[in-house]
Order: sequence, then structure tokens, then C-alpha cells
Amino acid sequence: MPRPGQRARAIALSLLLLALFLGAWQAAVSGGGGTAAQMDPDYAALMGTAATQGASAMPGPAQVATRLAELLADPFYDRGANDKGIGIQLGWSLLRVMLGYALAVLVAVPLGFLIGTSALLRQALDPFIQILKPISPLAWMPLALYTIKDSGRSAIFVIFICSVWPLLLNTAFGVASVRREWLNVARTLEVSRWRMAWRVILPAAAPTILTGMRISIGIAWLVIVAAEMLVGGTGIGYFVWNQWNNLSITDVIIAILLIGLVGMALDQLLAWAGRRVGYSE
Amino acid sequence: MARFFPDPFDPEACLGTGCGCPRHGSARLACDSPASLEDAAAEAVDTAVLRAILGTDAARRRLLKTVGAGTLMAALTEIFPLATAREAFAQAPGTLEKKEVKIGFIPITCATPIIMAAPMGFYARQGLNAEVVKTAGWAIIRDKALNGEYDAAHMLAPMPLAISMGVGSNPVPWTVPAIENINGQAITLAMKHKDRRDPREWKGMKFAVPFDYSMHNYLLRYYLAEHGLDPDRDVQIRAVPPPEMVANLRAENLDGFLGPDPMNQRAVYDGVGFIHVLSRDIWDGHPCCAFGIGREMAQAAPNTYHAMLRAIVEATTYAAKPENRKEIAAAIAPANYLNQPQTVIEQVLTGTFADGLGKVQRVPERVNFAPMPWDSFATWILTQMKRWGQVKGDVDYAAISRQVFRMTDAERALREAGFAEPATTGRTIVVMGKPFDPAQPEDYLASFPIRRN
Repeated sequence: MPRPGQRARAIALSLLLLALFLGAWQAAVSGGGGTAAQMDPDYAALMGTAATQGASAMPGPAQVATRLAELLADPFYDRGANDKGIGIQLGWSLLRVMLGYALAVLVAVPLGFLIGTSALLRQALDPFIQILKPISPLAWMPLALYTIKDSGRSAIFVIFICSVWPLLLNTAFGVASVRREWLNVARTLEVSRWRMAWRVILPAAAPTILTGMRISIGIAWLVIVAAEMLVGGTGIGYFVWNQWNNLSITDVIIAILLIGLVGMALDQLLAWAGRRVGYSE
Repeated sequence: MARFFPDPFDPEACLGTGCGCPRHGSARLACDSPASLEDAAAEAVDTAVLRAILGTDAARRRLLKTVGAGTLMAALTEIFPLATAREAFAQAPGTLEKKEVKIGFIPITCATPIIMAAPMGFYARQGLNAEVVKTAGWAIIRDKALNGEYDAAHMLAPMPLAISMGVGSNPVPWTVPAIENINGQAITLAMKHKDRRDPREWKGMKFAVPFDYSMHNYLLRYYLAEHGLDPDRDVQIRAVPPPEMVANLRAENLDGFLGPDPMNQRAVYDGVGFIHVLSRDIWDGHPCCAFGIGREMAQAAPNTYHAMLRAIVEATTYAAKPENRKEIAAAIAPANYLNQPQTVIEQVLTGTFADGLGKVQRVPERVNFAPMPWDSFATWILTQMKRWGQVKGDVDYAAISRQVFRMTDAERALREAGFAEPATTGRTIVVMGKPFDPAQPEDYLASFPIRRN
């Protein structure tokens, strides 16, 4: 058990580290500037500040904070198909992740259940799973675009394919490692197969399945950003790409921050769900 | 205003045949040409409605003389939806099969007509509700166009040729009914090369072009080969999507690129590179990007196709006028379209620009816009595709060029939009001082010492 007061000290240390980081960042970018070379004013008027004042292309924390406030003040604006608020972009990404992820759960949990209960199936499917599992989900993208013929659905497919493997393996592992005694007791009591799966195996395997779900959602959130950078249109990945286009490092940093926060929230949500189904023997 | 039919609200005009009126004795066509077919249609509706409500011509004239045209018009609109009837009738001859269209584009100034047609209302004027969708790269825009996610798309001029021949994708008949821009590209080099201006010193350098099937690729290869460098052996050329070019130049992943604007100007603006040579100094009047559409879509929805084409041709012609360029720059610079500082776009479109080496250059012809997809353009592109080994064996230059580059459709759109003669810009092709005869493509090809075929 942590000693009382340790938590407060940990928070203080976190804040100190954050302050150090921000200070170092500010110091690193405030160098340069003021060293304007001799330049024809007509020419200088056509150039950006990076070229005229030697300003760093890297924004400081204050600049990022100002821009963040600006973006968050109006997160749901819609100025046409290619320019929407940051809230709408995050919403699209979350929607895609949820759809792909839900599909993966629907496929992987029942299939994992089957694999977990049958050693034969496990051995037969193992080589396929082992080959498919390490493929980078983005490598599927050209194939998906070609066969599915829809970029939105292709992105969802990529989410599906990347989150299905941890779910499948964890479910199978959880189901396979349910204690024999419990199964034997259930059989002695002549519990039906269906009831045994539902009332004995599922609750016993639930913590492992939830761990798989937690790993999967993390991967899915990692992948959606890359997928959206590739297919474009909407989503936080598109936002990053669009701002990269404009070499706007400030917006890219903000997007990185928001991606991290949303990822953490998703992870915490499943961690909480995992604690709900946990048990101790 | 010129009218097609006599004005039914004019008490002196007569609407019936054989009324003996000296002005409109026989044919009821106005002597001067109508403003447009839509206006003529609206006039016909007015006439038909008035005649139906008021009966005889004499009754109509009597009434107009007593109450006046304004009062009668106001009274009529209360009992009959004249505006709606006009609209309904106007659509009847060429009903759009599809009003909601999606058109993909890459955020570069080559796409100016395609993009500006949305905020400046060129699509809307053709009755289209067009959504222009920003896309991440050429392979994606090709796949989305082939998928049917886009009804039409901004493409590099060689892409529809490659798609139609099945080079780099499955063969799907694709067409270019309009060219977007001519000129408007440049070779940009990283600042560290500002003293290496002679291409002969470029051995071992890394260059980017937007796509394998691009004018940029063929022009860069041509330029290097004319200076004695073998583009496949002496330098590295790779495909990098335009938006990523400047970031890669800054990161020193690239020594230079022959890229589309605004990327060249953006590299200058950020102090990352300088403009070595404008593409117009390699081939003045070369085509670059195109408005591409699948033949299947064009045939399945001919009215929508022609409406889109009219919008594009009108926008292109509007963009060709130097006095409109600043207004266009303001329309396409925001985040929804190019997402670039407005001054960068202005420098590209007006041709008054910083070259990255401390000088302000004034080249009004830096970029221009001309819609005619001359088949000689296509033939030149085909010779270069063969020159660099992208296509092998015999090529039926004339047939492919005419099938893909739809000169007749562009001419029709120009005529319908009220532009009489297509400007002959770029009809004759001279690349780095060497003329090209589209009738003799194989001889042209054989005249190059550096080639892969």
C-alpha cells in the first residue's frame, strides 16, 4: 500500500516535470530572431517570418496554448467539406474507431471462444493467426481500397483488422485457461453447454478478454490517425495532414496533445470496465 | 436585353403567328442572339402562361395598355407560380441526371479552376451542387475516382492516359475533357545548392516529383537528360505527394523537386529553398493538370458531365485573365481549400514573386489557365512514357490521344459558354528549343540519346 502523502508528492513531482519541460521548450525556441539579414523591403514583404526574421519554425508553449484556446473556443464549426472544427474531426475518428472496434469484438470474441474451447481448432488456426497478426494494418489499405471500393469503409476495415488479433488471442487464452475444477463441477451438476459457456466460462475469462479489449482499443486509436492521414477527408488524422500541408507545427502539436488525451480516456474507460469484471480467487 | 421570343409584357408585341406585325412577320425569333438558352426558355414560359390565362392576343394587348406590365406581372405571380414554372421548364431540355457531385482535388494551384468554381459559384450556375474534396495524394485520388467515390477529379494530365492504357492500374477508359493549367511548375532546390546552378553538377542528388505519371516527372527527366544526366542512373527521382515536398526539403530528405505550386513558392516563403527554373522556361505552354472523368460516368450522365465541363471551362477562362488573379487567390487560399498563406498563392498567380535568392521577379506568364486538351499534348506525353519505359511495344499514338483528350467536348463547352474560338495556346510544342511534330512521334523518340526504350 502506498504511504499516505505519497500521492500528493507524486502529483507535485509530475507538475515539476511538466514545468521543467515547458521551460526547456520555451528556452529552446526563443533563440534566434532579431538577426534579420539585409533584405530588400519589397522582397521581404513576399517572405514569411521564418525567412525574414530568422524566427524558429517551432512554436513555443505560449503560442500553442493560444491556438489551443482558439480551436477549443469553437470546436464544431463547419466551413465546408475540407475545413471543420477540431471537435467534429475527433468525433469522426472516434466514430470510425468504434465501428471497426465493435465489428472486431463481434467477430473475435465468439471466434476466440470457439478456439479456446477446442484444442483442434486452436492448432488448425494458429498458423493463420500467427502470419496475419504481425502485418502492419496500413499495409492492408491499398488492398482494402481496391476491393471495398470505399475509402471510409476501408478505414473502418483497417481498424477492424488491427484490433481483431489481440482480442482473438486473449479471448482464446482466457477461455482455455478457465480452471478445470470449475468446468468439472459444472459438468457434475449437469449444466447445459450453453449455460456453462454463459455462466461459468464467460465470467471466468472476462478479465483476460477485457485486457485484450484494452490492448485493442489502444492499437485502434494509434492506427486511425495514420489511416486518416492516408485517405483524408475527415478525422483527426486528416487534420494533422492538412496542417502539415500548411507546415503549421502549432496545429500539429495540438493534434498530438488531443490524440494523447483521447487515447488515455479510451484506455481508462476499459481499465474501469476491467475492474468491474475482475475477481480474486 | 436581347430576347429569343417577343416580350409578352410588351403591349406592342404580338405573339401569334401571322398577326401581320412587320417586326415578327414570319419567324418569331429575335434578330439578335439570345442572352442564353435558359433566358429564352424563361421567355417561352411567360408567353405560354400569358396566352393561356388571357386568351386572345388582342385581349392581352388591351390589358397591358390599361394596367401596365408591372401590375399585370404582380397580379399574375399571385395566381400562378411563374418563377417555378420558368425554372421547371429551363431544366427540361437537359435535365441533370445528378445534381450532387463530388470532385476530388489535390491542394495545389494547378487545381485553381476546379477549386474556385465552388466558392465563386461556377458549379452553382450550372445547377450543380458540387462538393470539392481535398485528397491526400495522386494514388488515392486515382483510386477514389476509379471507385466512383468522386464523379470527376483533378488529375495530372498523363494519369488518364495511364489509367486508360492500364499502366499502373487496371485499364479503365478515362478522359480529359479539359486541361486546367499550363506552366506554373518549377524546379526548386534546397538553399545549400544555391551555388550549384549547373545541372551537370547534380550527380547523386535526390529529387522529387509528385507522381510517376506526371508532367513533372517527364519535364524533370527531359531537363536532366538534355544536360547529359541519365535520370535513372545519375540521380534519384521519387514520387512524393506535393504537400509533403516542402517538409521533406526542409528535413534534407530531398535536394530539390520539380513540383507544382504553391509548393515551390512555399519553400521560398519559409526560407527552405529557391526557385531554380520555372517550367515555362523548359516548355512554354506545357499542360500540367487536367479535369479527369471516367468515360462511363460521362456516358451515364451526359448532362451532368457537360454541366460540370461548362463550369470548368468558364472558371478556367475566368482564371486566365490576369486582373482576376488576386480575387481568385483570396477565394482558394483558406483552410477549406489550399490552406496556405494568401501572399504565397498571390505570388504564384500574379507572377510577381520572391525567387528565394533575394530578388523579386516579375513573370506574368508564370502560370496560365487554358482548357483545350490538344491531342498533341497527349501524343507528347505518350512519347515520354515510352521513352522512360513506362509503356512498352507499339503505341497507337493518334488513336489513344484522341480517345482520351476530348477536344470536341471542350470545344462544345467553350461554345455553349459563349467563348467563340479556343485560344491556340500551346498548340505547337517546343521543348527546350526542340520542336515536336505530333505526326512523327517515333522519329522524335529516336532522336534522344538518353532513353529506356
